[in-house]
Amino acid sequence: MSSTDLAALSNNAITLAGVLYFAALLAHLVEWSRLRAVVADASEVTVPAEASVGGTLVATGPGSATTAAAELPRVAFWARLGIVLTAFAAVVHAVGVVTRGLAADPIRVPWGNMYEFTISASLVAVLLYLGLHRRLRLDWLGPVMVGFTWVVLLAAVRLLYVPIAPLMPSLQSPWLVIHVLAAILATGAFTVAGMASVLYLVKERSQTRGRIRPGGYLDRLPALAGMDRVAYRLHAFAFPVWTFGVLIAGPIWAENAWGRYWGWDPKEVWSFITWVVYAAYLHARATRGWKGRQAALVALVGLATLWFNFVGINYFFGDASQHSYALLQVGAALAAA
Amino acid sequence: MDRPSAPVREPLGGAADRDTAAAAPPGLGPRELLRWAWRQLTSMRTALLLLLLLAVAAVPGSVIPQDDVDAFAAARYRADHPRLTPVFETLGLYSVYSSPWFSAIYLLLMASLVGCILPRTRVYWRALRARPPRAPRNLTRMPVSATYDAGRGADPDAVLAAAAARLRGDRYRVEHVAGDHVSAERGYSREAGNLLFHVSVLVVLVGVAAGSLLGFKGGVIVVTGNGFSNVLTQYDEFVPGGLFDPDDLAPWSFTVDDFEVDFIAEGEQRGLPRDFSAALTYRNQPGDEPRAYDLAVNHPLRLDGGDVYLVGHGYAPHITVRDGNGDVASSGPVVFLPEDASFVSFGVVKVPDAQPTQVGLEGLFYPTFATIDGDPTTVFPDAANPALSLLLYAGDLGLDTGLSQSVYELDKDGLEQVEADDKPFRLDMALGDRIELPDGLGSVEFDGLSRWVKLQTAQTPGTWLALAGVSLALLGLMLSLFVRPRRVWVRVRAEGAEGGAGARRTLVEVAGLDRSGSSDDPGELAVAVDALARDLAGAGPAPDPEQTPDQREQQ
Repeated sequence: MSSTDLAALSNNAITLAGVLYFAALLAHLVEWSRLRAVVADASEVTVPAEASVGGTLVATGPGSATTAAAELPRVAFWARLGIVLTAFAAVVHAVGVVTRGLAADPIRVPWGNMYEFTISASLVAVLLYLGLHRRLRLDWLGPVMVGFTWVVLLAAVRLLYVPIAPLMPSLQSPWLVIHVLAAILATGAFTVAGMASVLYLVKERSQTRGRIRPGGYLDRLPALAGMDRVAYRLHAFAFPVWTFGVLIAGPIWAENAWGRYWGWDPKEVWSFITWVVYAAYLHARATRGWKGRQAALVALVGLATLWFNFVGINYFFGDASQHSYALLQVGAALAAA
Repeated sequence: MDRPSAPVREPLGGAADRDTAAAAPPGLGPRELLRWAWRQLTSMRTALLLLLLLAVAAVPGSVIPQDDVDAFAAARYRADHPRLTPVFETLGLYSVYSSPWFSAIYLLLMASLVGCILPRTRVYWRALRARPPRAPRNLTRMPVSATYDAGRGADPDAVLAAAAARLRGDRYRVEHVAGDHVSAERGYSREAGNLLFHVSVLVVLVGVAAGSLLGFKGGVIVVTGNGFSNVLTQYDEFVPGGLFDPDDLAPWSFTVDDFEVDFIAEGEQRGLPRDFSAALTYRNQPGDEPRAYDLAVNHPLRLDGGDVYLVGHGYAPHITVRDGNGDVASSGPVVFLPEDASFVSFGVVKVPDAQPTQVGLEGLFYPTFATIDGDPTTVFPDAANPALSLLLYAGDLGLDTGLSQSVYELDKDGLEQVEADDKPFRLDMALGDRIELPDGLGSVEFDGLSRWVKLQTAQTPGTWLALAGVSLALLGLMLSLFVRPRRVWVRVRAEGAEGGAGARRTLVEVAGLDRSGSSDDPGELAVAVDALARDLAGAGPAPDPEQTPDQREQQ
């Protein structure tokens, strides 16, 4: 296949993946709306209390409808359909990401600009969600996860898309693979963790105000402590990866390319800020026993700085940052030609 | 370029005292006050606050151009904001990362860190040498516990010995109190990792400080065919560290023999550079054999006492100016600075020796000249059809005022634009063209084209120390996040008639305690405790749901 074919295949795959994520979102919405109807029955079909043994992080209590839902084949069908569609979408999504790299001449990793970073990081987030789905019992994250991914892919295609270009010389380094891969992995994991934190805060708020409708989505979320733990584990995974990416691999590469390992470039400043905020989150959890609300808030501040670094720095500080690869000035300069 | 020297500015005590004096409790002498202040500073709460403060304090440096990062942008910002500038200067906002207040925050944080590490090391040292603590009286009241009946004939000591052996096999440190219980503890490396992380942060700081104090950074533009020696006078810009003496510059030198750039000629990527590199010949010492090196981005030249990096490139058209007398007043390559990625470049020629009057030229260089809709432009960044378009000035170049002047700018105060036919006189030249100037000023010839490279040199001692520090910090971080310290106790209790054959049941009680603080996974401990109790009691592997042991998660 020629580069042009591969490029077209990549674009089509990303679009198709977006459509499939949307279909998965619909399936999950049907699942959750049907569950609403079964809450009355569920209380009658009392399932024996499930002992919270084993790797079970989030044991949904006996009154919760998720266990009952498994009894209801129709709801279970929609739930399974949602997951299958998500997995299928992830495969197509992965094809889009891989062919994006293959279409470049010479072949390269598919994370040389904002569009590529976005499609790669969202793929990582989805793969994390699918990979941990069983282990951490992430059913409850389904609608938020696929909805978010759908929006992100839409934004990537509509706003960030640039044609495939070869890497500029400064990006031609093995450290591109290492440094950016670490950033992508950490961004994906921080994002999924942030979703858990947001849902935690929403549920916590409604719970203290006594406004949780029995059988509704919030009611079916796992217990607060369980969501808090899921968020913590994802953060604990992402933080060392981020540390490696921006404080080891990044500086080594910067020293190689620019002759200084740390230069307070806006991108470096903001990845440092992100690091400090997440360090505060872990520190607070480990030493002060901050759990739940405060920890979730700090984590979300961290996520905000992470995304700002990605989107904001590229747009607002484009020229000032040595990391502004997303902007193809050449295109503008040669537009007249 | 003036770089503030050491980041160490604010004496620690001053800042600490100011911080705490406001809320000092009444009736304390200076000693107690100091101790109280130290305790406040080293508290977790303060450490967290300082950490978040550090994040906030780093923000302005990414918004306002920094002298250390981009001196040119900072100068432009100053010029654009005359009213803000005095305020910003006072607050040190043009060099945030070496400002007193930023330094104060991280120095306080370091002090807090040291204050945290020292006592914790002592505690850890003791814990490391201590035996696992005795079992609590009632194991079933522990957060995670399991009880199984080992049956009538079980020998308590044999069960305990088996428990001790198995826990040792699981890398627990085990204390066997004969006849009563087994205590076991593991996961000591979590706290070790924690301490390692914090110490490593200090190591990183030392490494970074060494680099900024003892090193230097320099920049120079070299036209191909020319050489460079590592002495201060040859640099276009030079930023020494606070303790660096320019006389200590290592005596290496090099020549830029050639520069090659490969632009993509076809398709959507047209005009993007595919690759560029400079062929260098270098000597580490003046007497050495010269050696060749291919200098490229991401492929720096490492020399004894400094590294050389390729950071940019551009065009240097050769411009020969003959004055009114027909004498060559100026010739050779002139560095033009690219305006953008299309490599339309701006440059000036100053001819102070021209007779009868000094002349200056200013204008643009087009690598592949074309006219589109009447506008001159370049259609490709490579030099396929190089052309110059210059304006002519005559008068006083202002070079004798004693003030330093940029070589990339004409000081037009004493100059007048030369006109012909009531229009500014413009020299549009292709390579090889020669144009006679009006008013008997002479002639200008575009007689050649070279490329130049922008090179950065740097010497950064302590880099390896900083790298080692941050790597150890990562190791410590992972230990402190993923190692789960726990304690496990096993007790065998005979129920019924006291001991001997009359016992009705022999209960094996196992309890576990997760000590990681973040309690991220008590479920796993519960499983381990249950499995241990079941195995010791010799119960079958598949438990009857009715007999599920008492397990409570710590919430």
